[in-house]
Amino acid sequence: MTDATLPLPATRVAPAAPSRWAPMAVVVGCILLLWYVGAVALNAPQVTERLNNLGQPWDWSDLVNAAWAMERPVLPAPHQVALDFTRSVFDHAIDSPRNLLFHAGVTLSATLLGFMLGLLLGVLLAVGVVHSRVLDRGLLPWIIASQTIPILAIAPMAVVVLGSLGYPPLVSKAVISMYLCFFPVAIGMVKGLRSPEVLQMDLMRTYSASRPQLLWLLRLPAALPFLFASAKVAIATSLVGAIVGELPTGAQAGLGARLLQGSYFGQTVQIWSALVMASLLGVALVGLVGLAERATARLMGTRA
Amino acid sequence: MSSSPAVVAKDLSLVFQTADSPVIALSEVNLSIERGEFVSFIGPSGCGKTTLLRVIADLERATSGSISVNGMSPEAARLQRAYGYVFQAAALYPWRNVLKNVMLPLEIMGLPAAERESRAREQLERVGLSGFEGKYPWQLSGGMQQRVSIARALSLQPQMLLMDEPFGALDEITRDHLNEQLLRLWEATGKTVIFVTHSISEAVFLSQRIVVMSPRPGRILEVISNPLPAGRMLDIRDSVGFAEVAHRVRQALRAGHSYD
Repeated sequence: MTDATLPLPATRVAPAAPSRWAPMAVVVGCILLLWYVGAVALNAPQVTERLNNLGQPWDWSDLVNAAWAMERPVLPAPHQVALDFTRSVFDHAIDSPRNLLFHAGVTLSATLLGFMLGLLLGVLLAVGVVHSRVLDRGLLPWIIASQTIPILAIAPMAVVVLGSLGYPPLVSKAVISMYLCFFPVAIGMVKGLRSPEVLQMDLMRTYSASRPQLLWLLRLPAALPFLFASAKVAIATSLVGAIVGELPTGAQAGLGARLLQGSYFGQTVQIWSALVMASLLGVALVGLVGLAERATARLMGTRA
Repeated sequence: MSSSPAVVAKDLSLVFQTADSPVIALSEVNLSIERGEFVSFIGPSGCGKTTLLRVIADLERATSGSISVNGMSPEAARLQRAYGYVFQAAALYPWRNVLKNVMLPLEIMGLPAAERESRAREQLERVGLSGFEGKYPWQLSGGMQQRVSIARALSLQPQMLLMDEPFGALDEITRDHLNEQLLRLWEATGKTVIFVTHSISEAVFLSQRIVVMSPRPGRILEVISNPLPAGRMLDIRDSVGFAEVAHRVRQALRAGHSYD
């Protein structure tokens, strides 16, 4: 019908997709810049005092160099943190308390145990709330109220009570983690378990499906995307819970203990390395949940 | 027991209590459907045709009057899995592939895995979807999805098919094709089919009897017998006989002021 002289669409060269790392590098660069400037600004009072005490003339470059090389700075420079971080990771045996990875491992075990317990508790509560009107009315307000109490107020009590019952610190830390992380799981799962459409529910009714069948064959699979979204929040708060749980115990090991020791002895660089380790751990954990989510989605035939 | 009609409704009424005023969804419905019949409910939105189907399926409970399905209460019939229900949308579970979607009701019935699979494959073949067992719903067209849902309803091997505007969301070409397939299926199996539609030509093409309904309150205006012979093909729709039946249905709808 159409004749053959139609012009062929010009082959367009797709513009080179900007690397996903480029924007990230810009952001990191900006943060580092601000950090270095901030380190000078915050450390300047101490540094000028010391330089003045030396009784020699000094200029801006002396100030900057000194501000970035203090032993106990108010704000350490990024390279100081990086140096301390790599030293503490590579210069000591992995099971030495001087190795940051050792502390990360201690915190990680409590985080994971707490996360598993929180996941279990959150899912069980959600299943109860969805299936029972009494629990829906009676339990949900308490679940919400539980999160209005600052964790710092509860953590010492949990540690003392569980410790006096003879549980190891791992358990009391995990319980604090669980207390924080069951909440997003419970809320997300209640929404997820209620997410099937009316039509899908009616269908199960025409099959005379039992309530356990309805739960297992429809509600739970439908809730999985909600579960993973919640789990990403939960595993991050679980890490926070484990660190907070280490603060009041006077614990000898764990990132929280490391933070506490750092603040006792004014070792700000050590505090910052521990913070960096904690955030790397958090990113890795959320990433792992993301991987599990993708693997599950593939198993469930979700559109790629 | 097998002699009892598929559906008998006597003075059936259903009132929905809403926030402002009660809505009479069904008023004094009297209807009897024999086993093996193909009956359509037709009428504008709000006439209660879907509600009536849902009462038969025990998805709604009547407020007054009586209804029996295969000689028992709708609940007993549902518990015996006497019917397969096909909804307006396919309502496939997106995390199950085609085969597993069709096996779902059989899984709920507790059939052994081997039998589930052979039955599901048989029904998929019947609706012309052999070879698509491993596909997921999003990989299928709307018409194919609805065929999967029909295979799923058939896998229960029910005596009765309840269909609620199953082809309403499909394009006309697909719809014609599926109408013809459904008619062949009904002729081959002899199942009772109760079919809700708002298309006059669909109702006339498919059914032996057409129940014309009207809204406010939802009620039956007239039950029209369709004299068109069995073994209908799509081109019967161009015949004079077809036009006559369609005309009677249209007149009945107009008599109920259903066009207002």
